[in-house]
Amino acid sequence: MLATVWSVLLAPWEEAIDRRALAEVVLLGVTGGALGCWILFYNLSYAAESLAHALLPGLVAAALLGLPLILGGAAGLLVAAVSITAAARVPAIGRDTAVAVVVTGLLGLGALMALAPATPAGLSTLLFGDILGVTATDLVVAAALTAGVLVTLAALHGRLLAVGFDRSTAGVLGVRAAGVDLALLLMLCGALLVSVQGLGNLLVVAVLVGPAACARLLAPRRMAPMMALAAAVAVLAGAGGLYLSYYAGTAAGASIAAALVGCYLLASLGTAALGR
Amino acid sequence: MTAPLLTVEDLTVGYGGPPVLTGVGFTAHPGQRIALLGPNGGGKTTLLRALLGELRATAGRVQRPARIGVVPQTERSRLDFPVSALDVALMGTLSTLPWWRRPGRAERHRAREALAAVGLEREADTTFGALSGGQRQRVLVARALVQDAPVVALDEPYVGLDAPSTELLDALLGRLAADGRALLIATHDLEQARGWERVLCLNGRQLAFGPPAEVLTRDVLEATYGAELVELPDDRCVVPPHHHAH
Repeated sequence: MLATVWSVLLAPWEEAIDRRALAEVVLLGVTGGALGCWILFYNLSYAAESLAHALLPGLVAAALLGLPLILGGAAGLLVAAVSITAAARVPAIGRDTAVAVVVTGLLGLGALMALAPATPAGLSTLLFGDILGVTATDLVVAAALTAGVLVTLAALHGRLLAVGFDRSTAGVLGVRAAGVDLALLLMLCGALLVSVQGLGNLLVVAVLVGPAACARLLAPRRMAPMMALAAAVAVLAGAGGLYLSYYAGTAAGASIAAALVGCYLLASLGTAALGR
Repeated sequence: MTAPLLTVEDLTVGYGGPPVLTGVGFTAHPGQRIALLGPNGGGKTTLLRALLGELRATAGRVQRPARIGVVPQTERSRLDFPVSALDVALMGTLSTLPWWRRPGRAERHRAREALAAVGLEREADTTFGALSGGQRQRVLVARALVQDAPVVALDEPYVGLDAPSTELLDALLGRLAADGRALLIATHDLEQARGWERVLCLNGRQLAFGPPAEVLTRDVLEATYGAELVELPDDRCVVPPHHHAH
């Protein structure tokens, strides 16, 4: 019996590509879980989703030109940021509408480019990710991102708390709210750029928002335990998604996203049942 | 008299449009509690924001110390934010630390001492949003203590407090003043202001500044509050409670 269970648990990791996928999921889970808590409390979930969608044309262009995807994604983010800023300056539009118009336009443009008949096969995986296609270099980049985000979050912890708690008095406490916002946004962009290759343009936000929302329900009193719980949920759900993909033959990225959101729904039902 | 900790000369402040507060000039010396009186919209919060450097003066001059402690209205804080009383008190140490350094053991000790000074050492690990209104106010005072600033600005700290919490805060502010700090306290409570060292009356402009006995006259109060002022049978004047709710 024990041998059977062991075999079921280990079977998905016999191939090197599966082990690399698991390692990528662990790294992205830790980053997404920890960073996601701040994204949630700074009300940046919509911004995260918008940025993820808006970088699609850059990814597709990089793939068509044979450039590294991370370079194309970065260029896509830059174009999105400039476009949103320009659109938001039109008085009749307003910031929210500007973001919606620009992001929808860029996502549509990216989809057109990715799904056009002349486009090489495989570009559509940019939409849904290819976690099984992760290379050793991707893992190194993801590890560097994880280390960078965790160190930055640790260093800025007090300042992130001060700005989130009461933005209006942060300056008097010696904290520049704009600097903290910028650091958070840069971490978000970095996380999106690295995660989007594995989880896809449409699913990447799940790793940022799902585990954090789940942890907020289960451990709402302190930020540090909430971040640890969110990271644990992201890693477990990510691994669960890979098991689902292996045994049910479903797409890996979509399975991971489903598991991440499933955890939130379970936590929601659980806390509702307990009357919390 | 000792040198002033804060000097304001002919200050004018606005929010980009026409000025909302003009002609403000006063000094704050060590040990003084200065009541900022005025109707809602009269400029109390605007003045505090200008003194804290949040608003740029369009005219006049402010000579202020490097650090001013602040106790904002508690509704400006997010009650759903996952911070403990200790976390909030620790925020007072951030201005003394480089951006990459987390508060260490010494800073945590200072924060715990400040919480003890406001009688909340046992609530250090309680979530800020789970504290009572009076306790939240005292946590913010503890944060100002940790800032270790010679001048502390308090924006309507008594709003929403019950009588025991008001007494506790009164005693606490008295001790802060006795320690040599200058306190600027926006309030609507005229009786309380009579017990402090200075009163500054505002209503779009400075109407009076000085010791309570000289400033709190019927003429000045009528100019400050207009028809809002209520005269009691014993000749005292009060501001009706609806002011306090804002």
